[in-house]
Amino acid sequence: MIGEGCWSQVDILPGTAAYSGYMSTQQSRERLELLQGTLDLLILRTLIFGSQHGQGIARAIQQTSDEELLVEHGALYPALQRLEQREWISAKWGVSANNRKARFYSLTSAGRKQLAKETTKWNRLSAAIARILAAEEA
Amino acid sequence: MFQRKRKRSDFDAEIEAHLQLEKERLREQGLSEQDAETAARQAFGNLTRAEERFYESGRALWWDHLCQDVRYGLRMLRRSPGFTAIAVLTIALGIGATTAIFSIVDATLLHPLPYPHPEQLVSVVDDFPGVGAENVGMSVPEWHDLEHSGIFQYVSPMGGGGSVNLTGGSQPARASFLSESPNYFATLGVKPELGRAFDPEDKTPGFTLEALISDGLWRGAFGSDPNILGKSLRLDNDLYRVIGVMPPGYHDPGQMVEERNTEVWAAAGFAGPPAPPPLRESHFLVEAIARLAPGLSVREAQSRLDVFVAGLQKQYPEDYPAQNAWKVRLVPLQESLVGNVRESLILLLGAVALVLLIGCVNVANLMLARASARGREMAVRQALGAARSRLMGQLLTESLLLSVAGGIGGLAILFCTRRFLLQILPESLPRFNEVSINWTVLLFALGTSLVAGAIFGLAPALHAGRVDLVPMLKQEGRGSTGSAEQARTRRALVVTEFALSLVLMIAAGLLLHSFWDLLNVRPGFNPQNVMAVRMWLPIPNDPDTDPYRTAAQESVLVRELLRRGKTVPGVEEIAIGDLAAVPLGHGRNDLNTTPLILEGQEIRSGQPPTISHSIVTPEYFHLLGMAVLRGRAFNDSDDDKHPAAAVINEAFARTYWPNDDPLGKRLKTDPASPDWITVVGVIADARTESLAEETVAQVYLSSYQRRAKDLAIFLRGRLDPAAVPVQLRAQVQSADPELPVFGAQMLSEGVSESLAERRFSMEMVALFALTALLLAGLGIYGVISYIVSERTHEIGIRLALGAQRANILRMLLRQGLGLALGGAAVGLVCSVIVSYLMAGLLYGVRPMDPLTFASVALLLVGVAVLACYIPARRAIRVDPLVALRYE
Repeated sequence: MIGEGCWSQVDILPGTAAYSGYMSTQQSRERLELLQGTLDLLILRTLIFGSQHGQGIARAIQQTSDEELLVEHGALYPALQRLEQREWISAKWGVSANNRKARFYSLTSAGRKQLAKETTKWNRLSAAIARILAAEEA
Repeated sequence: MFQRKRKRSDFDAEIEAHLQLEKERLREQGLSEQDAETAARQAFGNLTRAEERFYESGRALWWDHLCQDVRYGLRMLRRSPGFTAIAVLTIALGIGATTAIFSIVDATLLHPLPYPHPEQLVSVVDDFPGVGAENVGMSVPEWHDLEHSGIFQYVSPMGGGGSVNLTGGSQPARASFLSESPNYFATLGVKPELGRAFDPEDKTPGFTLEALISDGLWRGAFGSDPNILGKSLRLDNDLYRVIGVMPPGYHDPGQMVEERNTEVWAAAGFAGPPAPPPLRESHFLVEAIARLAPGLSVREAQSRLDVFVAGLQKQYPEDYPAQNAWKVRLVPLQESLVGNVRESLILLLGAVALVLLIGCVNVANLMLARASARGREMAVRQALGAARSRLMGQLLTESLLLSVAGGIGGLAILFCTRRFLLQILPESLPRFNEVSINWTVLLFALGTSLVAGAIFGLAPALHAGRVDLVPMLKQEGRGSTGSAEQARTRRALVVTEFALSLVLMIAAGLLLHSFWDLLNVRPGFNPQNVMAVRMWLPIPNDPDTDPYRTAAQESVLVRELLRRGKTVPGVEEIAIGDLAAVPLGHGRNDLNTTPLILEGQEIRSGQPPTISHSIVTPEYFHLLGMAVLRGRAFNDSDDDKHPAAAVINEAFARTYWPNDDPLGKRLKTDPASPDWITVVGVIADARTESLAEETVAQVYLSSYQRRAKDLAIFLRGRLDPAAVPVQLRAQVQSADPELPVFGAQMLSEGVSESLAERRFSMEMVALFALTALLLAGLGIYGVISYIVSERTHEIGIRLALGAQRANILRMLLRQGLGLALGGAAVGLVCSVIVSYLMAGLLYGVRPMDPLTFASVALLLVGVAVLACYIPARRAIRVDPLVALRYE
């Protein structure tokens, strides 16, 4: 396995896994699994509001999506590592709001460009899929 | 690309921070310390997996894996030394043999000639395609025209070589000699080790009286004399000055051994004596090489040359009759040297590659058997989470380890046996001296072993990727029983093996059959108990000093030699002829090719056909057992006082006088001569040029009427091969002390030597085919043994239930035979293709020779039956009780 960090690697929680991520509200409905490869996009998007540490990113994704998305926290870190290696984000140790040492990630300018690119791509993709589904119903 | 690598501890700290942050957040939401901790961990998921991913992201993982695989592979190979030894040995032999053949191919076909800018060197060949004559030679004016055409840097014709008498030492010696134009060494781009080469601009019409000598002659005849330069050398009674010594290991470009091993070079302008007058139609320059102008490709040069030659034909219409369609052909020198050996070499390389391939298939089979034995190990590893790609990588690494070990072993074998191998190479092989183990050969060996490893590693590796885990893990204890798919692959491999072996054996069988036919060809002469000993009469540059200038003068010597030679003990019959009269013992350039003019038959083309002639004494035909069919052989009175006589062979009579009685007909070999030669006899055809070729038209002339310089004395009787040459030399030198005697050879040896190259390729292919047969036999033996051991339990039950042993034997044999027949069928189809491709190497055998095809197929099936019978017999001898317990 040579090229790790390629999109094909599964960053999301396998549906069959024996555990499920902890929910702040008790599980009332099925969560959506992330589509393969979308985690990077979400991380980049989250960081546009300023630098954040890993746990913060995980929380932000979950909250912003109205708890619809299921993110395994453990999967986040390899993704962060990868993004860092590609120089789309940079990291440095800092102190969190509640005075804990944490590693803070922030977008680089290459990361911004990448985010714009990925966003456009995603919008086109979802619009296209939406159109197809709408046509089906009509 | 890589920033400073992140430390593991840094990553761990980050994860720890994450868990703490998450826990605190959950605590704020009101969970207990314990619950918060658990929940945070749960949300995080698989901690180990995250750590692994981090580990993997930071490094060149494949290198890690490779190191692991190699270490593990070595351990596995050490643990089964028997398997490892067999596999490595098979591959080592295969690679050793393939590399050995490749080193010959490399030296002869691939390696550039050992001269500077070899791509510029061409051989210049003159043809008269209009009258079907090839290689007619070049005339002096044509040489000068070509040199001024702007197409070439140099054109260097050769006046032929052969022998020269080196006198002045204790013994007159014969040296291998080449006369060439002064620009010869400039053309080749070679400089002498000592002294200088000829001045390429030298315009001396005759010989320049300067000589270059070979390193061997300098060390041998001159004791490495450091003051050799300027000393004089008596060559054919003329004094030459030594101007240089060629470097050790230098060889002239030549197809024949003798052409390559020139010892003395002398340069001439070929425009004065002893050369004939330099007329445009006198094509006496037998060979020419040239160096193209820089930057000119052979193709471009050829098209410019065609235009140039057409211009010459217009300019001299009388010298170049249109019917001849004179053409000058440029052949890259390398190609012209290799000649017809290319086909044989490619066949050999193909054959040995097949053997290697069969070896690979065998090893693949072994590996598959082992893979099924290791099936559980693989399944367990996979169940524990090993990626399939990693398992396949592991197996491939093991195969590559085996093949590289095999490659190294093969090179070691080759290196240890290289002396012996060079000895069995026929010396007549072009560029024989250049065969060596060099970097190209080493790289080839490495490349081949990697490819071989990939070939035999692929099947087991692919299977490892497709293991069905559950049944594999369910098996208790023992871990054999390969999957059905594996069994299929193994059978397919055996079929392949048989097909490949059959192809090889048919190739070998066809060659063997051809060779057998050649040995049994009736040559038309009897070589038994005949010895030919060569002599050389000098050709001095001033004809007036030649004691044997005319046939009459020479016939005195010839008669004296016949008389004296007869006194040598054991000699019953003696005859003398020229070199062209030695059956199968002369090169193409030794033939005396002359124009042929027949009386009464108008020369339609303007240019007469050519014919080769031999000059012989009357006893020649009887001594060699060549039957006189009509008329008479020569007799003692066919001398200069009587009209010239000729004896022709049947082929001549058939070709030129198909409907007439040839006796009394007259012919000429020199258009300018007023004298006709009368045919007095017709002899039966004899294959004196090549055993493999139909006899060509030939004329014999009387020694007493036509002089010859390169003589051969033929002796028949109970001859002592060691003593006779010495005794004969004494007799010859008592007639003329200046004459060297050399090259004594029994004619039967000469006949077998003329087949040396054929014999070599036949023996090699036969050896490879036998190896292939053995390997294929082992392969099928292995598969049947495997089937038997797998089914021992079943066979036990059958026996216990009362099955007949014969039935079980038949069942097992049928299985093996099915494989063999399948392989034979595939092989037969492939063989048809291969045999047509090698048609050029066959003699007297059709490519689809039914005898060869049938007997080879039978032999193969026989071997298969035997290979199946041994394990099958073991199976039916099994005690049912033991077999039932066998688990």
